[in-house]
Amino acid sequence: MDALDLARWQFAIVTVYHFVFVPLTIGLAPLVAIMQTAWVRTGNERWLRLTKFFGKLFLINFALGVVTGIVQEFQFGMNWSEYSRFVGDVFGAPLAMEALAAFFVESTFLGLWIFGWDRLSKRVHLACIWAVAVAVNLSAFFILAANSWMQHPVGTRFNPETGRAEMESIWAILGNNTLWAAYPHTVTAAFLTAGTFVAGIAAWWMVRLVRTRTPDNVELARTVYRPAVILGTVTMLVAGIGVAASGDLQAKLMFEQQPAKMASAEALCEGTEAAAFSILTIGDLTNSCEGVRHLIEVPGLSSYLGTGHFSGEESYLPGVEDVQEEYTARYGDTDAAGDPVVYTPNLALTYWSFRLMIGFAAGSVALALAALWFTRGGRVSGNPWLARLGIAAIPTPFLASSFGWIFTETGRQPWVVVPNPTGIDMVRLLTERGVSTVVSPGMVLASMIVFTLLYGGLAVVWFRLMHRYAVEGVPRVVHDDSPEARADDDADRPLSFAY
Amino acid sequence: MDLTIVWFVLIAVLWTGYLVLEGFDFGVGMLASLLPRGDAAAREKERRLLVNTIGPVWDGNEVWLITAGGATFAAFPEWYATLFSGFYIPLLLILVALIVRGVAFEYRGKIADAAWARRCDVAIQVGSWLPAVLWGVAFANLVRGVHLDEAHQYVGGFWALLNPFALLGGLTTLVLFLLHGTVFVALKTDGDIRHRARRLAGGLSVAAVVVAGGWAVWAQVAFSTGWTWVAVAVAGAALLGVVVTNGAGREGWAFTLSAVSIVATAVLIFGSMFPDVMPGLDGGASLSVAEAASTPYTLTVMTWVAAFLTPLVIAYQAWTYWVFRRRLSVEHIPAPAGLTWQRIRDAAF
Ligand code: HDD
Ligand code: HEM
Ligand code: HEM
Repeated sequence: MDALDLARWQFAIVTVYHFVFVPLTIGLAPLVAIMQTAWVRTGNERWLRLTKFFGKLFLINFALGVVTGIVQEFQFGMNWSEYSRFVGDVFGAPLAMEALAAFFVESTFLGLWIFGWDRLSKRVHLACIWAVAVAVNLSAFFILAANSWMQHPVGTRFNPETGRAEMESIWAILGNNTLWAAYPHTVTAAFLTAGTFVAGIAAWWMVRLVRTRTPDNVELARTVYRPAVILGTVTMLVAGIGVAASGDLQAKLMFEQQPAKMASAEALCEGTEAAAFSILTIGDLTNSCEGVRHLIEVPGLSSYLGTGHFSGEESYLPGVEDVQEEYTARYGDTDAAGDPVVYTPNLALTYWSFRLMIGFAAGSVALALAALWFTRGGRVSGNPWLARLGIAAIPTPFLASSFGWIFTETGRQPWVVVPNPTGIDMVRLLTERGVSTVVSPGMVLASMIVFTLLYGGLAVVWFRLMHRYAVEGVPRVVHDDSPEARADDDADRPLSFAY
Repeated sequence: MDLTIVWFVLIAVLWTGYLVLEGFDFGVGMLASLLPRGDAAAREKERRLLVNTIGPVWDGNEVWLITAGGATFAAFPEWYATLFSGFYIPLLLILVALIVRGVAFEYRGKIADAAWARRCDVAIQVGSWLPAVLWGVAFANLVRGVHLDEAHQYVGGFWALLNPFALLGGLTTLVLFLLHGTVFVALKTDGDIRHRARRLAGGLSVAAVVVAGGWAVWAQVAFSTGWTWVAVAVAGAALLGVVVTNGAGREGWAFTLSAVSIVATAVLIFGSMFPDVMPGLDGGASLSVAEAASTPYTLTVMTWVAAFLTPLVIAYQAWTYWVFRRRLSVEHIPAPAGLTWQRIRDAAF
């Protein structure tokens, strides 16, 4: 493998890994804030117990989001320096804004929240977790602004003198229609992830407690875990609808902006009207159209996703061969090294990652429906299948998000900055031109091995801690540590939530 | 004033903020292996005490680095590209160090187990000593100049970074951060550990005068011109001030002055580089502020953003330090709240 392949593998590994923790952070921060709000407003202790329980899980997850994020900030310069030179004038700005507007708020106010239980008044302390919740969602906006610009470069011109893309309008970049579809999609996916997480764990606990048949335990299940199941389920339902609606919007945009991505997501070789959505397709994995066979399909659905029409002239979708022809005419058939350019992403990968993203949503849907049924009319349930489903559903939205990104990013190939079809000419870059030229394959390989091993070890620790804290359950006793609830001001009193 | 110069100054400010703030939490991390005394239980308590002094703030301090990185990308993309692809190996080591350190801080207390704590302590040590040295090595090389080709690519290789001047630079940041962390501990704790920290700071401050003073004069004479003498003088005076104020038990002043010495060192570093962001070695090709900069439009946008947000960041971070202003002592440390790996059956019902 050369430095390019290694750099791509490395980027894929560290970024997908970062995005395992990110969606849970984005979704869980607001949910913990809601639990704490319920406690402050009602004074009902169950919400404090849930806040502390899910708050701990949130913190364990947050830590890995932070440390893996540091790598993200620097790896564009390390492995993708030519890319950085080309796009920096445009791409750096949202990254810097993210740090200034979001990361500072998150990290500072989370510190205040963790250590401030007994030093801040209840309301100020509550405001701290809300600041974190808003900031994590803001950080997603800025980083997605950067990513959406690569998918659909707007507000930019090419300067032949400097040989780079230069910003013309920050408002165009922040108003990019790709961003305004990708942002709600990613954030609702994050809420789906967190809702599933909360409902799954709480359902498992509820069932466990009910099955002991001791009145105290059943009472605990009813008063503490059942409300958490409901909160998680409602979140899942609302977020699930949002994911589908925003995903549909994205698909329509992608057919215009990156026809090759969508054509290969459908394994659609030649352009056609009333294109079907295939559920199962087989073919050889040589990334060519020969041998693609659609086995099960829904007539007209692809056309509908892309154009809003099931059939007729307006339902026409281009196939990968049409796109190849069109791109070759526009952007040439050879790259700088004189090799032919294939303007089609990896067919099997795009096809399957798209389906897996959508398919894994089934886990959350199943849990949401089951939870609604088993908790209807104030009931608690001791059905072991609900507990099993709760646990099984938790990983599914994580997997859906990972496959969503794999789809988005590999479907963008061979471009790292995709040409905008409505034509800001020359603002485009092939991935192979973006890689650092001074970094040897050995160095990339070394860093890839280091990160992979380190991340692998951290994943084990993260999983064991999450698991350990989840099976511990809500704390048996909780104290209201807030200054207003304390009569004494004993200076030597142990501090809350210390390391 | 020319926006490129404004942004050079702003980047310098971000790095300075980073070195001053994370400087003391690197120092506290290193002290976790040096300062605690007594039997195993007492040492464990003191170690927890130390980590807790920086608990609420270390992540906020680290974001200064992330912002410096992002702002460099936005304002000087060529610098960002050349520097981080060129200094690949040291940066990789720093990233690994910061990862294991952050995880160790956050996870140490989650599990109440001596072997677990020991493993986290190793990570905190690696994660604090290594970057404390490497940042100095990296910045000293930027002062000295690096081997660039005409296309602004770094072509010096890894070993060239380990020259004597840079190594002394690494020792300089190490001593400065260790001193900074020690006076911070003296300021933030009470009881026996506070006195031990003060005693240690006495020796360290003298060492800092010698090492940092020697490096600064070398930098000034060999690689810098003119006005940065002021920075050298301020750094030297501030360090002497630490010797005096620490000896007199004025902990607030000692901490302020050690912060001033780091600021002055940063001014020396960035002042020597200017008007380049990556000076050439021995007068070879260099990358200048102007060549590295983004377009005026991007810089204008970023100036607005920074002008609104930076004061806000400084305000709420300052407020955090105010909220957690109280001195900590071992009596404040609660019994370990972590779980054991093995679950005691049904205990949680
Ligand atoms: C819980 C996770 C999840 C679920 C259930 C779905 N997605 Fe998704 N999808 C993502 C998580 C995700 C993601 C990780 O958030 C991505 C990657 C980049 C992005 O913006 O969102 C994504 C990307 C993505 C893209 C590519 C956009 C681009 O190239 O920029 C399309 C077209 C869709 N999705 C469409 C859908 C549809 C029609 C769905 C089902 C109704 C769907 N997604 C479910
Ligand atoms: C966090 C969610 C993300 C995931 C999981 C993800 C995943 C991936 C994957 C799998 C690749 C490799 C594609 C290939 O080589 O075939 C890739 C490439 C890349 N992505 Fe993303 N990505 C994410 C977000 C982003 C964002 C937010 C940006 C920019 C701000 C970005 C920028 C890039 C760049 C520069 C490459 C270059 C390497 C390449 O094209 O191969 N990615 N990403
Ligand atoms: C490849 C591009 C990316 C870069 C350069 C990047 C950068 C970072 C950095 C530096 C941190 C640590 C911040 C800290 O120390 O507090 C972080 C964490 C985080 N990032 Fe990413 N990130 C990327 C992808 C993404 C994506 C796609 C999203 C959301 C859609 C996202 C959202 C977050 C969130 C919510 C966190 C949680 C932890 C925290 O912010 O501290 N990131 N990221």
